[in-house]
Amino acid sequence: MRRKLLLGAGLGGLALVALAGPAHAQEATDIPLDDTQMILDNIFLLIAAVLVIFMQAGFAMLEAGLTSAKNVGSILMKNMVDFCLGALMFGLIGYHIAYSGENLFGFSWLWGGYDAAPTTDYSIMLPVDFLFQVAFAATAATIVSGALAGRAKFSGYLIYTALITAFIYPIVVNWQWGGGWLAEMGFQDFAGSTIVHSVGGWAALMGAIIIGPRIGKYSAEGKPRAIPGHNIVIAMLGVFILFVGWFGFNPGSQLAADIEVPRIAVNTAMAAAGGGVAALFTSWIVFRRPDVSMVGNGILAGLVSITAGAYLMDGWTSTIAGLIGGIIVVFSVVGLERLKVDDPVGAVSVHGVCGAWGTLAVGLFANANAPFLDEGIDGLFFGGGLDLFVDQLVGVVAVFAFVVVTTGILFSAIKAIGMLRVDPEHEIEGLDVTEFGVPGYGPDALATITRPTAS
Amino acid sequence: MQLITAIIKPHMLDEVKDALRSVGVQGITVTEVKGFGRQGGHTETYRGAEYKIDFVPKVKLEVVVDDAAADGVVSTIAETARTERIGDGKIWTTPVGQVVRIRTGESGPDAI
Repeated sequence: MRRKLLLGAGLGGLALVALAGPAHAQEATDIPLDDTQMILDNIFLLIAAVLVIFMQAGFAMLEAGLTSAKNVGSILMKNMVDFCLGALMFGLIGYHIAYSGENLFGFSWLWGGYDAAPTTDYSIMLPVDFLFQVAFAATAATIVSGALAGRAKFSGYLIYTALITAFIYPIVVNWQWGGGWLAEMGFQDFAGSTIVHSVGGWAALMGAIIIGPRIGKYSAEGKPRAIPGHNIVIAMLGVFILFVGWFGFNPGSQLAADIEVPRIAVNTAMAAAGGGVAALFTSWIVFRRPDVSMVGNGILAGLVSITAGAYLMDGWTSTIAGLIGGIIVVFSVVGLERLKVDDPVGAVSVHGVCGAWGTLAVGLFANANAPFLDEGIDGLFFGGGLDLFVDQLVGVVAVFAFVVVTTGILFSAIKAIGMLRVDPEHEIEGLDVTEFGVPGYGPDALATITRPTAS
Repeated sequence: MQLITAIIKPHMLDEVKDALRSVGVQGITVTEVKGFGRQGGHTETYRGAEYKIDFVPKVKLEVVVDDAAADGVVSTIAETARTERIGDGKIWTTPVGQVVRIRTGESGPDAI
């Protein structure tokens, strides 16, 4: 996070340099940085960016597995456009809002920035940073597709994904990593428990509320009914892909190949383990049976819970944060279901609720006296009093309010123009055939290709 | 004894099952099937090529009941599975020669 602040300043400078022309660009390249370290930093972040992009495969598999067989093509389509359309919109508009404050529209940084070299105290090159940030933007966007699975109209979803990557997510990023008011206040969010995951999670909450539950999710008396996922193998493959991808998400957020990275990676792994174990025993006690998909959600809950504090927290407090996240996610899933919020994959609970928890956990567990930190702030349990916790709370509430209002308006508007939800008959038959013309598994032996229109 | 066979829309199965329970039916057998009736199939496009889905998914429901109960069960299924849209399905009955409960060896109406 500390480094991301520097990045914000660096990028603002670069944007100005790009505008001002070659004379200034020369100044920016004239830098006393150790070449080897600079190359290491950039290659490390590039690999981290690729790992975060690979998380799209994890989201796609998790969401496909936890929804109905008749809707797999639909959910995969939404995951693909989250990255493709999201990258274009974030590059065109969002990245500029998030970091530079300059050149709000257009790809000017692309032709001004490919050969941009690091600034004095910051070694990451612009293209590498852009790729890393675009992967994060796509992550925030793709969280929503799972919560709307089985009933969201594709055309309306395109509007949502374009606007969240162009405006809603970048504005929140600007508040923190762009050096905005959250950062100035002292809010701490290392890799984005709130800035990335809660933004997606709260957007998913508003989407799920406004679109309403799937047909058949609630009985006539209003009791929730299970609509089991159609392929637990695919879903759990998705969990493990996300787990692996998180080693790009958190360690990559250090934005340097330095000696802190292994510790951040271990904190990430232990929180995931804690989340899985906690969800295992919580589901065992609450449901009287250990629940496979809930343990998967628990692993992800642990990962989201440590995303804010992976740098500022010790190994053992990271584990505790993950354990508590794994307990929270089970009760959150059950609670939302009782409130008639139909979230087929648990996106709101994993990303929204545990994102908020992970951010607050920093206010409790941040440890500036740990040997690895030569600066920083203490949380409540390490002698820092309530100051940091209050900052964290303000950040969590502010992002919640902003996302709930903006996505509430957005989804209501999409609903008003009739593009939010498919017709009931189409929902019953499945979105694959009705929206995309082909079943996810097939076309099978009972369907015949008759008349090719293209030679 | 009568074997009642019903072809219904898949999403109506839960309602039909609950309705049959409430009129005292003790067991049913269901199968996922595909077919067409007056509803026919529909044409879709895959990578620019058209193809026809002639057979649409349905659920086949089978239940054996005593003669006296047959009419009631048929009308229960018909009323609960009806959406009044094309493709609601069909119900037919077939006389049954013998029924045996495997566990006890009971036969005839006692085995239903």
